[in-house]
Amino acid sequence: MDTIMNLLWIALKILAIVLPLTISVAYLTLAERKVIAYMHSRIGPNRVGFLGLLQPFADVLKLLLKEMVIPSQSNRYLFLAAPVLVLAPALAAWAVIPFSKGLVLANINAGLLYIFMMSSLSVYGVLIAGWASNSKYAMLGALRAAAQTVSYEIAMGFAFVGVLLAAGSMNLQTIVLAQSGNILHWYFLPLLPLFFVYWISGVAETNRHPFDMVEGESEIVAGFHVEYAGAGFALFFLAEYANMILISAVASLLFLGGWLSPFEGIPLLENVFAFVPGLVWFVLKMGFFLFLYIWLRATFPRYRYDQVMRLGWKVLIPITLIWIVVVSFAVKFNIGPWFNQAGV
Amino acid sequence: MSSIRNFTLNFGPQHPSAHGVLRLIVELDGEVVQRCDPHIGLLHRATEKLAETKPYNQSIGYMDRLDYVSMMCNEHGYVLAIEKLLGVTPPIRAQYIRVMFDEITRILNHLLWLGAHALDLGAMALFLYCFREREDLLDCYEAVSGARMHATYYRPGGVYRDLPNKMPQYEASEWHNKSDVTRLNRAREGSLLDFIEDFSKRFPALVDEYETLLTDNRIWKQRTVGIGVVTPARALQLGFTGPMLRGSGIEWDLRKKQPYAVYDKLDFDIPIGINGDCYDRYLVRMEELRQSNRIITQCVEWLKKNPGPVAIDNHKIVAPKREEMKGNMESLIHHFKLFSEGYCVPEGESYAAVEHPKGEFGVYLISDGANKPYRVKIRPAGFSHLAALDEMCRGHMLADLVAVLSSQDIVFGEIDR
Repeated sequence: MDTIMNLLWIALKILAIVLPLTISVAYLTLAERKVIAYMHSRIGPNRVGFLGLLQPFADVLKLLLKEMVIPSQSNRYLFLAAPVLVLAPALAAWAVIPFSKGLVLANINAGLLYIFMMSSLSVYGVLIAGWASNSKYAMLGALRAAAQTVSYEIAMGFAFVGVLLAAGSMNLQTIVLAQSGNILHWYFLPLLPLFFVYWISGVAETNRHPFDMVEGESEIVAGFHVEYAGAGFALFFLAEYANMILISAVASLLFLGGWLSPFEGIPLLENVFAFVPGLVWFVLKMGFFLFLYIWLRATFPRYRYDQVMRLGWKVLIPITLIWIVVVSFAVKFNIGPWFNQAGV
Repeated sequence: MSSIRNFTLNFGPQHPSAHGVLRLIVELDGEVVQRCDPHIGLLHRATEKLAETKPYNQSIGYMDRLDYVSMMCNEHGYVLAIEKLLGVTPPIRAQYIRVMFDEITRILNHLLWLGAHALDLGAMALFLYCFREREDLLDCYEAVSGARMHATYYRPGGVYRDLPNKMPQYEASEWHNKSDVTRLNRAREGSLLDFIEDFSKRFPALVDEYETLLTDNRIWKQRTVGIGVVTPARALQLGFTGPMLRGSGIEWDLRKKQPYAVYDKLDFDIPIGINGDCYDRYLVRMEELRQSNRIITQCVEWLKKNPGPVAIDNHKIVAPKREEMKGNMESLIHHFKLFSEGYCVPEGESYAAVEHPKGEFGVYLISDGANKPYRVKIRPAGFSHLAALDEMCRGHMLADLVAVLSSQDIVFGEIDR
């Protein structure tokens, strides 16, 4: 009986994460369209519901009601499995994200490693989608995805290693707590180069502009998901945005002190803002990164495939390698104000 | 033993960056283009053949639809060829109006090109900014001819009518509230010339704004510098004209070399590139935007000071005024003859070319003395550019193919005709 209750309780918690996540994906699409619209001096969707607030639901409804076209020459099972394989890791990774102190589904010690693994897994779905579609454009997209993900995984991994060294733990809660003190204790300062590298690889990892050659709208049309329509396309879309939110969440956990208040340690302001729950700060920090995503997309031209590779291998990886050495020394010699506390 | 074959990709005719209906058969080695074979003709509308079946004036509208983003320049080429055969010269005011609208058209074309080029390379914002400015220029088209795109404004012997003294204004509606309307109408209080003057004052700052987004952007430079290089000698051999030729460093512009209309009375410069790559072609076109604006400013100044007729007084060629037609028997006959039979053009042949935004746009006319041309041959600028596509993108990657294609400023209306 206890096990059943336990399982039910976990299922409930999963629902409590996935439902708000899905809704935030829906509204992220609307936010993206609105923000880009204003950056482009136009208005964006404002017809469905008050100020266009029901637009995401209209979109979802439209996609779900559409026919799911399966190309006749494709590998039917893999073609249908691919969107699921992309979406599942994007959702599963959320299990270890602490939303506030103690507010986490699975407080495991290898949290960072788990996230890293989950974000790498989604490339299999992309590869399978590209291959199973039996379309040349999709194939090119899948090939690009494989190469891009492999190269950026390394840079991202090294950025993680820097954080790991600094915090001395792979548990995400411990990492956040190691940054407490005040805003200067957050890791974006001592790990500034790694912070940038992580963010750039995060954008590349999610195949977002300016690294979106996997989709490369003007070259290979839509890349790996060119043959998908209706619900299959919706799942890819959902996964892409869930991954964006995930990368933003991890960025704020690792480098911007997660749920910690930015006014911590400042005498007067600390008390004024003490009532704000940690979750709010966490969401605000995520929102900042998501805005960056949108801003990049509205502004930059797209990289070429080989240039993305060059940036990854010749710029980002060397930077991380050097900075890992610097961090190791800083940790070894307890350089303050970050690495001189007891227990770190 | 099986041999390794290249990857053949069918690019278009339905493709986001095929610029209309281009179909390319691309042979890829990995992502590197080995060969690309343009297939054209999907937008063939038999313009030249149609022109043989109609009185001269009725084909002016077809010219708009050739290169459908630089409408009035096409008309200018056709009208000049007819005028050459007829041996008439339009009044000076009409020539200034034509030059002004040619340059407005050049800005329209280059803005669309810039937006589409940036969009092909992934920079979305430019596209919308360019269309914001195009809107104002299309309003000029509409004010003068009634149509936003296919104006049919030039006529052999002048232009259809004089510039209007009043710009149409916005009214408050569900979409525009009072303050919006005041803002939108601020430049529209005066005549069309005031409106254009206001635009030409605003425009240089706007071009600067576009350049801040692209010119020094590292990604933009990585995508365009050294891509699709054409040497000056090769550009001449391939029959390049316009910004494609000037981008390769050859100073050739019909407005300077064979001045038509009033270009010899105006002060402007011809920008040229150095390396002949996509980036230089981009820079050349950006500078042409500024130079066109300079020409427009000078035309507006002249046109404000010098009123006068905008068409010749020969009613065998140009329709009489409507009031005259109502009260005067002779005018009525002229009107009837012109709009049914048209006019007969003396036997002979002529070629007239204009510096079109994309290059040399020429019209070759043969007349057998009838009211319809015996043969019309149009020399589109883009055709020879597209023919060089294979050479320009060999050894580049698939993404560069898109960059090269859009830097050629291809429009299928004129290539397929």
